[in-house]
Amino acid sequence: MLELRKDIFADERDDNLKEIGKPTQRQDMIGHVTGTTAYFDDHKLAGMLHLKVLRSPHHHARIRRIDTSEAERSGGVRRIIRGADVPRNLNTLLSLLNFGKDDEPSLATDKVRYKGEPIVAIVANTEREAFEALTKVRVDYEQLTPVFDVEEALKPGAPVVNETYPKNTFEYHGKYDHQRLRFGDVEQAFASADHVLEQRYQMSPIEHAPTETNGSIAAPEANNRFVVYTCAQGLFFSLDTTAKILDVPSNKLHFIGGTVGGGFGGKVDSLTEPLVTLAAMLTGRPVRYVLGREDEMQFGSPRGAERIYVKDAVMRDGRVTARQVRSYFDSGAYTRLSSYAVIKCAAHIPGPYTIPNVHADIYCVYTNRVPATAMRGFGVTAVDFAIECQMDKLAHLIGMDPMEFRILNAYRDGDMKAHRREAKNTALIECVQVAAEKAKWSIRDEYKRMSSRAGGGGARAAIPHTKLDSGLQAPARPAPQRTSYDRPLPPPVAPPPPAPPPAAPPANVQHGAARFSSVFGTRRR
Amino acid sequence: MKHRGKGMASINYPIGMNLGGDPSQALVHSNPSGKFTVALSAIDLGQGMKSVTRQIAAETLGVPVEDVYVDTADSDTGPHDMGSFASRGTHRVGNAVAVAAREARGVMMEAAAEELEVNASDLDTDGLGNIHVKGAPHRKISTKDVAIAAQFKQGKTIAGRGIFLVPLSEVDPETGEMSPATCYAHACLVAEVEVDDETGEVTMVRMDSAYELGRALNPRMVEQQLVGGAWMGVSHALYETPEPYYPEPIHGPRDYNEYVMPGPGDICPHNIAVLERPALDGPFGAKGPGEMCANPVLPAVANAVFNAVGVRIDDLPITPEKVLRALRQQGGAKPQQRR
Repeated sequence: MLELRKDIFADERDDNLKEIGKPTQRQDMIGHVTGTTAYFDDHKLAGMLHLKVLRSPHHHARIRRIDTSEAERSGGVRRIIRGADVPRNLNTLLSLLNFGKDDEPSLATDKVRYKGEPIVAIVANTEREAFEALTKVRVDYEQLTPVFDVEEALKPGAPVVNETYPKNTFEYHGKYDHQRLRFGDVEQAFASADHVLEQRYQMSPIEHAPTETNGSIAAPEANNRFVVYTCAQGLFFSLDTTAKILDVPSNKLHFIGGTVGGGFGGKVDSLTEPLVTLAAMLTGRPVRYVLGREDEMQFGSPRGAERIYVKDAVMRDGRVTARQVRSYFDSGAYTRLSSYAVIKCAAHIPGPYTIPNVHADIYCVYTNRVPATAMRGFGVTAVDFAIECQMDKLAHLIGMDPMEFRILNAYRDGDMKAHRREAKNTALIECVQVAAEKAKWSIRDEYKRMSSRAGGGGARAAIPHTKLDSGLQAPARPAPQRTSYDRPLPPPVAPPPPAPPPAAPPANVQHGAARFSSVFGTRRR
Repeated sequence: MKHRGKGMASINYPIGMNLGGDPSQALVHSNPSGKFTVALSAIDLGQGMKSVTRQIAAETLGVPVEDVYVDTADSDTGPHDMGSFASRGTHRVGNAVAVAAREARGVMMEAAAEELEVNASDLDTDGLGNIHVKGAPHRKISTKDVAIAAQFKQGKTIAGRGIFLVPLSEVDPETGEMSPATCYAHACLVAEVEVDDETGEVTMVRMDSAYELGRALNPRMVEQQLVGGAWMGVSHALYETPEPYYPEPIHGPRDYNEYVMPGPGDICPHNIAVLERPALDGPFGAKGPGEMCANPVLPAVANAVFNAVGVRIDDLPITPEKVLRALRQQGGAKPQQRR
């Protein structure tokens, strides 16, 4: 089923390798197929307690009162944890990267912002006793109007979902409610185009549906440390998040994981680690907190929905001359990682094509639903759906074969991309040619002869005059001088690339949001 | 009546966290018998993280893959790594392992040189557990004997440290100027579907694809990623969502009976070609197949539905209900040009 096309780009590779390129069996295969591999939930510890959370039945409500007195007397209950027991009960995941404001409590105290939001955690001897005690917690709610549609959430007078972001949008660069991409002048291109096509696309939310649901087990270790068995997709990401929320030094925590039963992005959020570790600290006992399948499907964060508007200008000869994208990421009630996906999405537009005029506004919008998170293709999958459906419609509109239409517009080595970096190491044209060949989809000879390595650069490498929203013009820049895009054969063991000097920060960047830095705190100011 | 149609889509995908700033570290060390441990905190989600780093370490060290074991993830022993997401594992962790293994190899060759009384630069590995003088394969020493000599006689640690970091890029607020990624994977996929104009059901008939991945470090693991990922794409296109009437939050699923995904009976042949254009900064040129394999499937299926019956479904997933409503509005199926 899998054919390796070693004939293509052969001059760029050294195939004289011993272990690389071999279909070696997995290191962990025997353990997997014999059922002896240990996952986090295989660490059943003596005296282990079980944690379950009470979830909001409402999409949006003020919490007037929480009464746990009856639950405390329920059989087998060891400890009830409320928001006030969490040392730092407000966090945002990307604060580890110095990006965004803390906006999400571990346990809701004043308000619930989505159906399923955790309010109270109960630690009991058995899962059954924990579930029974949950039914005895009394919460007095004042229901509030929810908002579910991203465009409704942006209208004046819409309910405020998350008070940290009162306009229902994440804040970029300390001043904008969206991330911009500006390259050339789309309005001028629309005015002179043979056809203009504007369409709306909707990507649905998706459940990751991993075989192993989210969960973790925490236990006191010797010398006042705590061990946490976890299925986190980022071990230190989860450890550092837990250390922050619990306000403990990171070396008090010992995280063990690395063997996970599927993630697809759904195990990046540290859904269980902070609470289960807190429970182990408060009880001095091992504690297990695992989401059941229903919790995982309903309240484990999904891939967020995206609504995408695409407007393109196309000429009768097949050239796409402008692409304008306006997209809304449905982040749900809290930020989690959607703010990051917005920038990744902006970088991706207009797709793998060389289009001289590009304009994008990408929003991260809050609604009263389960917070969205990363999933396979984060920031890109949905916009690829929109762009590629749009490309099919444009080809149909001008009566061109869709394969040839892709090849004609494909980016090539040396072309300038809309985020103002030169395209290198491109291979879209070759992929289209080979896929056509495999599907016996005939394309004309001139399209079979085209190459990612020829015909790019030159005028296609220039940065056009760009009209900015402020009314100012960003000046055009000519294509940089170059000699060749072909490169010599790499050495058998490629040395690590020399670290390029960090890009000089643009003069008008504000302090505050949209500043990534390493988790080691080397903040760039 | 059933109608067949073909649609295609082509995509690229950035490798690693957007804007960079996402380091990975690795430690490589030998035990006294010349067996190597790679210590990481990277996560194996089933994608093969342990195995691909094991092959990279073995290739770089010049030892058989059986002589390398990857230990991950324990925060007390494994050095920092951002995590397994953003198609960063092979590229970021793989590079860190290559750097660490190269350093360890350097010590191993120095130790061997001392035993064989030659210059280290005159030595090479055979990938079978021996180090020999270039051009004189009989003058050799096993990696085991080198490790014993290094440990007990020379007092050398055959070990290496590695880190890989793509420096962080700023984003211009006005133009969006940025350096999002250092390399991109590519793909094109053709989907053939059959649409039943009475029931609105879409059935997959066949997929043909070409994926460009830099380097297929392990073709079997690449194959399982591409086959499985493409099926996730089919599932996204035709079946899945926890909110079928989004944005209305109704009919949320509670288990696999209610959350519809394609089963074994819905599988179709998928013929895959893999292209390798090495990334300038990838380990042996590798990029990463993890995420992008699903992406071309969604639009290719939507475009194939149009080709079969002439309706455009722009809201995912393409359920029988949406197809039937669109067909009714159009006044029946209007098959497009056969491909």
